[in-house]
Amino acid sequence: MTHPTLKPDAHIRVELLSNPTYTSGMKDLVHAVAKRLGFAELDCGHIALAVDEALCNIMTHGYEQRMDQPIWLSLWPLDPDGGKPGIKIVIEDRAKQIEPEKIRGRELQDVKPGGLGVHVIREVMDEVVYEKRDGGGMRLTMIKHSPAHCAGGPVVGGKGCHG
Amino acid sequence: MAEGQTLQVGFETQGQAVVVSPQGEIGYSEATVFRTWLRKAHDSKSPRIVVDLAKVDYMNTPGVATLVESLQISKRNKTRLILAGMNEKVFAIFKIARLDTVFEIAPTLADALAKQ
Repeated sequence: MTHPTLKPDAHIRVELLSNPTYTSGMKDLVHAVAKRLGFAELDCGHIALAVDEALCNIMTHGYEQRMDQPIWLSLWPLDPDGGKPGIKIVIEDRAKQIEPEKIRGRELQDVKPGGLGVHVIREVMDEVVYEKRDGGGMRLTMIKHSPAHCAGGPVVGGKGCHG
Repeated sequence: MAEGQTLQVGFETQGQAVVVSPQGEIGYSEATVFRTWLRKAHDSKSPRIVVDLAKVDYMNTPGVATLVESLQISKRNKTRLILAGMNEKVFAIFKIARLDTVFEIAPTLADALAKQ
């Protein structure tokens, strides 16, 4: 039986606990998959960093450092038959809900510790969407296109393709 | 070492400087350990603290936040904090966070120690 939170058509589905021990493994997994999908090394690093930052934010702010709460990561290749790489990653949790428009990094001119994770995610991914999940928790959808996919495509959030 | 932490940190005095040399990844789990060593460096009252990042292959924003906190302590204490030896991947996160111009950065540990 498929867990209701895990997307049935995802190519990779992982459920993990909100324990920081596992963030490094998830980062390495996503890096390796992105590489296999044809992303350049720099982009692989960026995609992995975005996942790492998203998990850190859920553990720190969403679950307030409780280490036994669920997090679900689903991953799809985009256009898997077209020979041009793209990746979609959805990370979901059952943490407290907040208004998506309130999820923003701090002003970068204001140099102080913390508040950088959301900024980094939006900077390195092409599309970034935060949503409330039905039944509780949040959903983060992140997409990274290959440069070949960037011409004229819609940008929901994030920095767009060529930034 | 706590579960999940892979960071090792070297700590030594070289002349007027204290050199903190982390080795490994500085992520969510390791940032706390890193902070402890940086605090120790500040407690030494050395006029110059060099963080040699040559053996750090990955850092995320909790690690960066630890260094920002350290920079604030340096400014309060009127000491000098220099980051040295960052690889391209680690430097990239400082650029993304627009902190590459906020920190004093040297290409190598030797350069950091030789800085006037």
